[in-house]
Amino acid sequence: MDKKVLIRLDGISKAYDGETVLDNLSLEIHDKEFITLLGPSGCGKTTTLRIIGGFETPDDGDVFFDGARINDVPPYQRQVNTVFQRYALFPHLNVFDNIAFGLRLRKCPDAEIKTKVKEMLAMVNLKGFERRRVSTLSGGQQQRVAIARALVNQPKVLLLDEPLSALDLKLRKDMQNELKNIQHQTGITFIYVTHDQEEALSMSDTVVVMENGHIQQIGSPTDIYNEPVNAFVADFIGESNIVDGVMLEDRRAKFAGHVFDCVDGGFEKNESVDVVVRPEDVDVVSPERGMLKGLVTTVTFRGVHYEIIVDVAGFKWMIQTTDFVAEGETIGLSIDPDAIHIMKKSEFSGMFGDYSSFSDELDKLSDVTEEMEEE
Amino acid sequence: MKKRSVFERIAAAPHLLWSAIFIVAPLLFVIYFAFTDREGSFTFENILSLSSYSHTFVMSLGFSLIATTVCFLIGYPLAYCMARMSEKTRNVLLVLLMLPMWISLLIRTYSLMALLDNGGIVSTFLTRLGFQKLTFIGTDAAVILGMIYDFLPYMVLPIYTTMTKLDRRYLEAAADLGCNNRQTLFRVIFPLSMPGVISGITMVFVPSISTFYISQKLGGGSFDLIGDTIERQFKNAVTYHTGAAISLVMMILILISLAIMNKFSDSEEDIIV
Amino acid sequence: MKFLSKFYIGLIFLILYAPILVVIIFSFNASGSLSNFAGFSLYWYRELFRDGEALAALKNSLFLAVTSSCLATLIGTLAAFAISRSKNKYYKRTAESVSNIPMMNPDIVTGVSMMLLFVGVGAIIGLGDTLGMWTMLIAHTTFNLPYAILQILPRFRQMDKSLTEAALDLGCTPAQTFFRVELPYIMPGVISGLMMGFTLSLDDFVISHFVSSPDFKTLPLYIYNQTAHEVKFSMYALCTLMMVAILILLIAVNVAGSAGESRQRKKDRKLSGGSKVR
Repeated sequence: MDKKVLIRLDGISKAYDGETVLDNLSLEIHDKEFITLLGPSGCGKTTTLRIIGGFETPDDGDVFFDGARINDVPPYQRQVNTVFQRYALFPHLNVFDNIAFGLRLRKCPDAEIKTKVKEMLAMVNLKGFERRRVSTLSGGQQQRVAIARALVNQPKVLLLDEPLSALDLKLRKDMQNELKNIQHQTGITFIYVTHDQEEALSMSDTVVVMENGHIQQIGSPTDIYNEPVNAFVADFIGESNIVDGVMLEDRRAKFAGHVFDCVDGGFEKNESVDVVVRPEDVDVVSPERGMLKGLVTTVTFRGVHYEIIVDVAGFKWMIQTTDFVAEGETIGLSIDPDAIHIMKKSEFSGMFGDYSSFSDELDKLSDVTEEMEEE
Repeated sequence: MKKRSVFERIAAAPHLLWSAIFIVAPLLFVIYFAFTDREGSFTFENILSLSSYSHTFVMSLGFSLIATTVCFLIGYPLAYCMARMSEKTRNVLLVLLMLPMWISLLIRTYSLMALLDNGGIVSTFLTRLGFQKLTFIGTDAAVILGMIYDFLPYMVLPIYTTMTKLDRRYLEAAADLGCNNRQTLFRVIFPLSMPGVISGITMVFVPSISTFYISQKLGGGSFDLIGDTIERQFKNAVTYHTGAAISLVMMILILISLAIMNKFSDSEEDIIV
Repeated sequence: MKFLSKFYIGLIFLILYAPILVVIIFSFNASGSLSNFAGFSLYWYRELFRDGEALAALKNSLFLAVTSSCLATLIGTLAAFAISRSKNKYYKRTAESVSNIPMMNPDIVTGVSMMLLFVGVGAIIGLGDTLGMWTMLIAHTTFNLPYAILQILPRFRQMDKSLTEAALDLGCTPAQTFFRVELPYIMPGVISGLMMGFTLSLDDFVISHFVSSPDFKTLPLYIYNQTAHEVKFSMYALCTLMMVAILILLIAVNVAGSAGESRQRKKDRKLSGGSKVR
């Protein structure tokens, strides 16, 4: 990634009514990049986007665009356009006028507006929709109009605020591909906000994982998935078993009462660490051949695989396996060295990655049903 | 974003300025006149002199309370019946209900007078039937009837609105739990329509206690309600000090009753919640 | 039960409309008596239009209704915009409760208080008689203002905030945003604010009674003066005309509204059908 830096956030802080939303956040966004801000609701991702769009002013820190500080540039003078979460199409204008809105403001000649709008409609697969009222469009169609309305202005950067959250699953998958294609075609930098980790992984060049107003990790989707920096990222991206462990020496870790070979190094001798093992990376073997031994407590059929919860000396592991095992069975578990990922301890240690709460929830639910039946 | 807030401030200015000069300042003038004498020096004289108007106050209060009660007794069942009609009928009825509200109260009072006047339709009809000649104009009943007739739509409309906005599921739930129609009315619909009742009562009570043309037209000019007294003080008298004092006291009375009413409705809502 | 409630509704509405119908019917009475209907005639209408005072009052009423409703809607639109957008809680609360005052206060108090203001200020700055057209215009605008805000503010509140942001995002300055996006969105509220102000102003008697002078009378004031002691049939004619005017106004607003909607719907249907063919 040797591209030039297009947007730079430098030590941004923002608080609403004394509640910190962004805390000293710095981020560089490169030209022609598809970057995703990913995190749970309230992590500050939307606020970051709105600061770039110019709808919020940071309390502290600077925003640079192409090297120039733009803190005080109002949104209508910025070279960025936004696709809003609920589209924000103007209800008093038809599809054509919605898309032409930005061009008209820039006093584009009518003929040019016509061709440009036509092009855009073709790109988002809405040929012939010019005269339709926006209220007569489906959610997916409105979404496309919103994208066309933003892109027709040829912005340097397109901001997308959870643009697919209102669509149903199938449409969402289609739109993901379409957005990715549009980004390739136009070469415009996309800054995409979502809480959906699958969406982030499948679409982005770079994923920025955020929590509590801080950036937890920046990296490519594979990096984020395979090498999470802490328990929060490991848990938020996909499913993870996160176990307390000790690094005996480079490439040798002890956890769950067993010493494993692994591929990580560079820790102190006997340093306490968090160990991440993805559920699909654990092999189910016979008890005598297993590195670990455990009791199967729950089995759930997921279609492609079974998801089983295994109690290993009190810690509940989630394992995805294609072989059927029965509840109550004792099985052995085997883990390859490169399936083990070692992380430094962090503020999130111990908060995630144990699936005992998983079954507890089920227990509670069944308690409630019993109570109700008693009444 | 800063330009935006300048724009906002400019937009807010005319309204604030207008309200300050033409809504707040006039009320301050009322207070000023109520507490000064002809020479402009401070006095309680105007307020104290109101004791001679106590009869007026009591009568006005009585009349408007009777009118409000009758409006409620007629209006609530009317709203209930209307709300139970089919949607098409309901919309027609709603227009019919609102139409009189758009016609000047003065005209409506005047038209009632045409009906009830000594040479009017009703008395002519009654004399032809062989009844004795009845004088209706100038009686207490005529004035109260005028209030009821003029303000009844103001009682019905808010009650009707809350009733139609009532979530049908409440009614279904009540029926499901074993309420018959009458029980549903008293246990579910009535408590839930309370906000409408409160605003209906307010909308009838306030104009009835302050009216003057109803009593002038239908009372034959011999009535002294608060409104009449104020009107005479301002249109005929040399000074406005007593009139201002009466207005002030009436305003305070109304504010107090509104406050009580709101408190009442608040606690009602608490019970519902 | 159904029959009973129909009967009850019918009865109440009959009573509600009886006096109005009497006025309308007898305005066409050839004789000047309420006790018998001597035959259909337009005599009283002719009489009314021969009355220069009535025509002057009509002119004044229309002038006031138009100017005061426009002025109130203009100020009200700006105020509604500021109230809905402002983050200053103190301002919002003040603005809203101040505009509630004329709606809560009995009309007579509003009228009397404004009269005191006008007379008081007139005395202070040495103008003898201040009451007249200008005070009427001010008073009518003042009581129209809260209703205008009441009609327009909800439209602003309903409006998705991102519509405004989208306009800014696409290059509108704040002023352009207001005229190109926000104003079209709140237009229905603006129009109903105008209509409401127009009718309220046309109808008002109580407040006008206190802030007018004998040389600037509106129709309700004229009716009031004419009916001080006796029944005048030309006033029945005037009342009938005013009711008809209000009725036409209301119908016009509703028809215009629903016609616009259905025309739009038809257009949409045609277009969506058309695009399917393509």
